[in-house]
Amino acid sequence: MKFVENIKSDLTTDIVYLMCPMHLLQLEELTKGLENGQILEIVTDYDGALEDIPAWCARTGNEFIGLKDLGDYYKFYVKKR
Amino acid sequence: MSKRDKTEMKRCYFDHVATNPLHPDVFDSMVPYLKEDFGNPLSIYELGVRARDAIEKSREQVASLINAKPREIIFTSSGAEANNFALRGIALAKQNEGKHVVVSRAEHHSIQNSARFLERNGFAVTFLPIDKYGIVDPERVRKSIIKETTIISIIHGSSEVGTIEPIKEIARIAKERGVIFHTDSVATTGNIPLNVKELGVDLLSLAAHQFYGPKGAGALYVREGLRIVPLIYGGIQEGGKRAGTENVPAIVGMGKAAELAKAELLCRMEHAKKLRDRVIEGLKGIENIYLTGHPVGRLPGHASFCVEYIEGEAMLLFLATKGIYAASGSACTSKALKASPVLLSMGIPAALAQGSIVLSLGIDNTEEDIEYFLEEFPQIVRRLREISPYARGWGDRKLEECIAKR
Repeated sequence: MKFVENIKSDLTTDIVYLMCPMHLLQLEELTKGLENGQILEIVTDYDGALEDIPAWCARTGNEFIGLKDLGDYYKFYVKKR
Repeated sequence: MSKRDKTEMKRCYFDHVATNPLHPDVFDSMVPYLKEDFGNPLSIYELGVRARDAIEKSREQVASLINAKPREIIFTSSGAEANNFALRGIALAKQNEGKHVVVSRAEHHSIQNSARFLERNGFAVTFLPIDKYGIVDPERVRKSIIKETTIISIIHGSSEVGTIEPIKEIARIAKERGVIFHTDSVATTGNIPLNVKELGVDLLSLAAHQFYGPKGAGALYVREGLRIVPLIYGGIQEGGKRAGTENVPAIVGMGKAAELAKAELLCRMEHAKKLRDRVIEGLKGIENIYLTGHPVGRLPGHASFCVEYIEGEAMLLFLATKGIYAASGSACTSKALKASPVLLSMGIPAALAQGSIVLSLGIDNTEEDIEYFLEEFPQIVRRLREISPYARGWGDRKLEECIAKR
């Protein structure tokens, strides 16, 4: 897993306390509105996202930049490709 | 026409805090979603799209009634669900910051019992006292806040005594101290002007059937950016915050009811207030009857009393035989045949609290209805006092001795 710091995102969604499949729905919906190269930040405490978000990126051709672990929740960064 | 015929035909519904009749326009708006437009809002084909669009339109209508953004509205099945969701959802979301919640003695059971649930699960709860009018003192709220306090929930308007709480002031205190503030506005939304931004609340509960909408539809306003733990897990409905296939007809009806309430609010208030004041004035002639709640700062259509020496349930039964439908305290209090905890918390002696009667008036009531009630009610009181063992007072017992332990 790739851990990153100081990533500047273009759009953020906070889905802490919300369960699967909200992280995947937000990925689908919000990346639609981004330009290529723009970055989406997903704030979530859902552990399944550790596997799902990189897998979704691999499947859709978007770039998984990495994540930041803040203890109670994670911040995931995805670059639209 | 004989008197008997007259009474058989007359029906006066004075229990609008229990529920409201459905507005005919609301009913009409719901019908297509009970018939041809029955789709599941999550379905991708046209039936689903129509249901989804209808829900989003309703969300805008409800948001507009309380000056919120549509995305700040989460539909629920009732006001009680919204209250459970608010208190438990925020207490759990914030538990790493502290485990202390503050509620008042004027709250509905859906808040009081949610607070007790939290208490059983490791949270500390402060139940704030209320004064003789049922008002929560904002200064007491301020003093109750400790470092661990994460949420305060105070009712906006009491369905039992009609008193409207100083929510704006309490919300300001909560904000100053960085505590989340929720208000249960089930009894007030659609009955008095309500603006979440002006009130400064973080969360607010409402129910459609309190403003001529259907039962089975409620909502929780959650200020944008606030995290909340869901009460019901499952699908992705309501942005994943409230799972379960939506009650589309009821939600559509709630939206229409909100639109009508917004448009007609001032007329409705004026009408209800006029009838309420006539009831209060008209009952002054009866001896030993006391208005409960605040004399001025109360819900427009709400008149509540304690009638000494007789029992609330008996009054309700006698009134019902005359076609007049009223309440005695909260519905659960009536069922348990016990004195209302809210009235006891206001310092009303337990024996007197037994004689509680609540008349809540609405758009379907007329001046003629009120005059009919004012003609019948004093006779009922007289008849019940004739058979009451306490008709000549409380005997050797002093009224004060009947005060229940808080």
